[in-house]
Amino acid sequence: MLLVILEHEDGVLVEAAREALTFGRTLAEKMGEDLEAALIGSGEDSLVEAAGQYGAETVHVAAPVELTDYSPDAYGSIVAQMVESLEPDAVLACGSSRGNEVMAQAAARLDAPFVANSLDATPGDDWLITRVQWGGSLLEDVTLEADTPLLTCGLHSVASEPGDEQNPDVEEFDAELDASDLITMVKDRVVQEAGVTLPTAPVVCGGGRGVGSADGFGQLEELATLLGGRVGCSRAVTNLGWRPHSDQVGQTGTRIAPEIYIASGISGAIQHWVGAMASKHILAINTDREANMVVKADWAVIGDLHEVVPAIIEEVKRRKA
Amino acid sequence: MKILVCVKRVPAPGAKINVTADGSDVDAAHLGFTTSPHEECAVEGAVQLVEEHSGEVTVLTLGPGESEEQLRYAASVGAAHGVLVEVDGNGWDPQRTAAALTTAIEGIEAERGRFDLILFGNESADAGGFQVGVRVARALGRPMVQGIKGIEASGDGSGEGTITARREIDGGFEVYEIPRPAVLGVMEGLNLPRYPTMKGRLASKKIEIAKLAGHADEGGQSRITLHRPEEAVSETVILGTGAEAAAAVVDVLDELGVL
Ligand SMILES: Cc1cc2nc3c(=O)[nH]c(=O)nc-3n(C[C@H](O)[C@H](O)[C@H](O)COP(=O)(O)OP(=O)(O)OC[C@H]3O[C@@H](n4cnc5c(N)ncnc54)[C@H](O)[C@@H]3O)c2cc1C
Repeated sequence: MLLVILEHEDGVLVEAAREALTFGRTLAEKMGEDLEAALIGSGEDSLVEAAGQYGAETVHVAAPVELTDYSPDAYGSIVAQMVESLEPDAVLACGSSRGNEVMAQAAARLDAPFVANSLDATPGDDWLITRVQWGGSLLEDVTLEADTPLLTCGLHSVASEPGDEQNPDVEEFDAELDASDLITMVKDRVVQEAGVTLPTAPVVCGGGRGVGSADGFGQLEELATLLGGRVGCSRAVTNLGWRPHSDQVGQTGTRIAPEIYIASGISGAIQHWVGAMASKHILAINTDREANMVVKADWAVIGDLHEVVPAIIEEVKRRKA
Repeated sequence: MKILVCVKRVPAPGAKINVTADGSDVDAAHLGFTTSPHEECAVEGAVQLVEEHSGEVTVLTLGPGESEEQLRYAASVGAAHGVLVEVDGNGWDPQRTAAALTTAIEGIEAERGRFDLILFGNESADAGGFQVGVRVARALGRPMVQGIKGIEASGDGSGEGTITARREIDGGFEVYEIPRPAVLGVMEGLNLPRYPTMKGRLASKKIEIAKLAGHADEGGQSRITLHRPEEAVSETVILGTGAEAAAAVVDVLDELGVL
């Protein structure tokens, strides 16, 4: 049996969990095993039903009363307990921030290997796995030698898709937690931002070192507002203190996936590119015809962004009028 | 407040990452090296906590002898001690790395006392295993939270007390409050790391780097090869030069329906 650990928020199976089940269906088939799922912290009907839509035949629910919010220690401990008592043939989660953390916690407890952010896995005596390095700029083929392979699939490495709908059996899982497992439980939650966020914006107007100053971003702000989008930036810009890190696109920033990414004065270093490559379309504005961003873009304008961007703003206003 | 920061030396590639002919490693022949960005912020975060509460920062790395450069860089921005666990090459698997770091930390603490806080990067920039810090914390029996972009220490930061940490989630953040001694995996965005001053640079040349030999059993994950993902090559359509291109740009925006 392949056991898929499901992430959920407010009674909804998050996209990462749907991806894990989608990835898990293919993997379970390769293993010749059943697909089962685990819910930690809540066994609400809506979650069980959603897991069934994505092909889970059985859902194990571990919801000890004292576990009122996320805790890496408690979640990791529960996954480790499931490995020991349910004896799955492998355990999979999605490589979200939480998914990787929970699997690492479980692996540490089991003193077992854990392979993060897999793109492809071939079961066998030793498993053969292709995984992400450098945030997606490089791939690594590894062998995994383990009693129970523990792995995550890379976030957004598969598009989630419902499978043969199941009406899953629900099995209560009796997890034992001690006080030390609850030390890292979330104490408080703060809501900060409403409206379009960078990961979900339909248009992102990105600026790099070529923008020249913090004030220079005023024009990109104006363009982004006109197009219902958000401003993004490169790490050069955050390091210079021109924009907050929350605007940074890339390996150590945000991964964006807009309809169009307009990248002005950005060279397109590989660590920036991996955060931008899920954009459906890319338009580069750069003085350098050979810049990586220009070479990889769908469209480009060669020129000084301080002339090009204001001209675009005028033209957008004219057509909207 | 005594803080340990674990850092990793990684190559700093530009437009492309090349792999050696045998696929065993990144071809770093023409590349500079740096500290993983998450860990640069971890060092800065530790230095700021010590500036607020007094105490000292130690940096620890496992890697080839050249990793001394990253320890000295950390010293140039405020770390007091550097420890290098020297190993050949760069291919240690996460279990092995964690075991060797745990042994090193136990040794340092036996000599110089317990760290109130240990910081790791959330994941290394190159291998991205998302687990070394978690494994070390578990082996030391300390609470650990990943994904941290804000840290505060209660009281004077040392001995008993708590660490309050913030983790960004979509549209807000989670707050954790954990007892010391604690371990955190931090992310870029925690702060804006300072640049070394001339004085810092000079001082960093003089600090003593303790060197330990790395020993630990191999874990269950082993590298076969590294390779670049396949990429769709697309022809770039040049819409024009300078301000004249604006009309063509807005035509594109119109076609995509984002106007
Ligand atoms: C481990 C690691 C992780 C990293 N993570 C990230 C990350 O998450 N995100 C990220 O962005 N970077 C990241 N980086 C940094 C990355 O390698 C680059 O240094 C950075 O992206 C460069 O930013 P830039 O393109 O703004 O600057 P530059 O590379 O300096 O490029 C500036 C560009 O602007 C153009 N230009 C200049 N003036 C004008 C003008 N007037 N009009 C039009 N064009 C102009 C130039 O031709 C050039 O192409 C990371 C690096 C490392 C080592």
